[in-house]
Amino acid sequence: MIRRIFSIGALSVLMAAPAWAQEAAANSPSDTAWLLMSTALVLLMTPALAFFYGGLVRSKNALNTMMMSFVALGVSGTLWAVLGYSWAFGEGNAFLGDFSMAMLSGVGLEASGTIPHLLFMAFQGTFAIITAALISGAVVERMRFSAYMVFIALWGLVVYAPVCHWVWGGGWLGEMGALDFAGGAVVHVNAGVAAMVAALVLGSRKDYGREALLPHNVPFVLLGAGVLWFGWFGFNGGSALAADGIAALALVNTLLAPAGALLGWTILDHFITRKVTAVGVATAIVVGLVAITPAAGFVTPIGALGLGVISALPSYLIIRWRTRTRLDDSLDVFAAHGVGGITGALLTGVLATTVINPGGADGLLYGNPGQLGIQAVSILAVAVYSGVITFLLLKVIGLVTPLRADKEEEGHGMDIVAHGEQAYETGEGAVLLDYDETPEHVNGKIYN
Amino acid sequence: MKLVKAIIRPSKLPDVLRALYQAEVYGLTVSRVRGHGGEVESVQTYRGTTAKMELRNKIMLDIGVSDEFVSATVDAICDSAVTGGVGDGKIFVLPVDRVIRVRTKEEDQAAVTPER
Repeated sequence: MIRRIFSIGALSVLMAAPAWAQEAAANSPSDTAWLLMSTALVLLMTPALAFFYGGLVRSKNALNTMMMSFVALGVSGTLWAVLGYSWAFGEGNAFLGDFSMAMLSGVGLEASGTIPHLLFMAFQGTFAIITAALISGAVVERMRFSAYMVFIALWGLVVYAPVCHWVWGGGWLGEMGALDFAGGAVVHVNAGVAAMVAALVLGSRKDYGREALLPHNVPFVLLGAGVLWFGWFGFNGGSALAADGIAALALVNTLLAPAGALLGWTILDHFITRKVTAVGVATAIVVGLVAITPAAGFVTPIGALGLGVISALPSYLIIRWRTRTRLDDSLDVFAAHGVGGITGALLTGVLATTVINPGGADGLLYGNPGQLGIQAVSILAVAVYSGVITFLLLKVIGLVTPLRADKEEEGHGMDIVAHGEQAYETGEGAVLLDYDETPEHVNGKIYN
Repeated sequence: MKLVKAIIRPSKLPDVLRALYQAEVYGLTVSRVRGHGGEVESVQTYRGTTAKMELRNKIMLDIGVSDEFVSATVDAICDSAVTGGVGDGKIFVLPVDRVIRVRTKEEDQAAVTPER
């Protein structure tokens, strides 16, 4: 039973007292098998995000945008093992873990719940990676790659780890009873607000508002959305931390909510723009997935379907509004993840029912209006903390190194400027160079 | 009539189009071309293979204009395509024997004057 009520305090007991957990439970082969699978599924979401984002930018920035997701696999993955996991899941206090599991000290094959502690760490690591990568959508086509790497490295430690601790690591939001099955607040509100703040601090792209900045490869966007959905079965299904009925519920809800969101979005598209768009459908899938994330293990399948349909509206309207402003949240991370996460977390407080998951809680519709208030507090706390610390972090990094490329580099495109590669190089007129022939004067500054 | 042939940086195309529109030059053809004009080489590396890109992506504009529009067209392109670096491009002004508008078979001056 305890392992079912992920994120609502019970997990914190496990993590806070690993010695007790070791004695109390053994590894379950079936649970372990499902979490092994889920970890791989969630990891795949980051390359999927690279395709989703990469297709949405102009071709001269395609590689750079995809690299912003891929590099998180290295940066955030490494730092999670070094320190992030310990800060998120170490005993610590109500606000932050501690150094007890730094460098995975004491994280071994003993059971954490019913799966090896090491596997739990890796599963959570894949969440830390994609959360950092999500932010990149707000800063594409202009942020310097090195500044971005420094930013996500520090953000994973000072923003993601504490927020993760608050909700899942035994912190104050979990204790308060906030329902967040798989990361509506921890992952999506967190990344969405950080993205909006990052877009504000960096400023808009030089061409934003002057030229139409269009997606260069819409099939990539659809591919990314499809693979994200596939991976999300591990994200939500795996968050049951067991191969049981709640995992099945979360998986089914992860099927139905995006289906509802997709349908809702196409109806809005049809009535507002008279055309059902491919980029719209891809966005709707992501919004539906985000919205069901906090609710996946707490609501009925029909509740999930309704949640999905409803979630399309706020994100749709915010995207339409945002593109008319000076806020260049380039790939609408806030509208998709911030607003989708807020909608989902609030609706969790409405639709959650102990009829379907006795380990969860009842929401507004089931006679417990207080849950909605708890959900609102958790959203507000995460949003304020993420916004303020992201702002300070970027300002501090900006003192050490420029955050964005200059206008000339932006004109050339970040692929050639940051990586010395191009996504669609024909190879015509390319002369092979030996290593020592590389002209000094072109190193570091490349013109196209 | 003249044919104005301009080679510019791809990243300056939106600026050039805007400037031409403001100069009331509405008819033009745009091509993606690759070429070389003595600018600093671009070097790319793909898994150990380092290559010098001798040919750069450029944009070529072909604009048929009546004589009184030539200097306005050239000025608009020059002012909007410049970055100050080597590789900003070239403008060629060529004489034109005959221009025929396919739809109406109008010739010369009438063929390069947009209908209002």
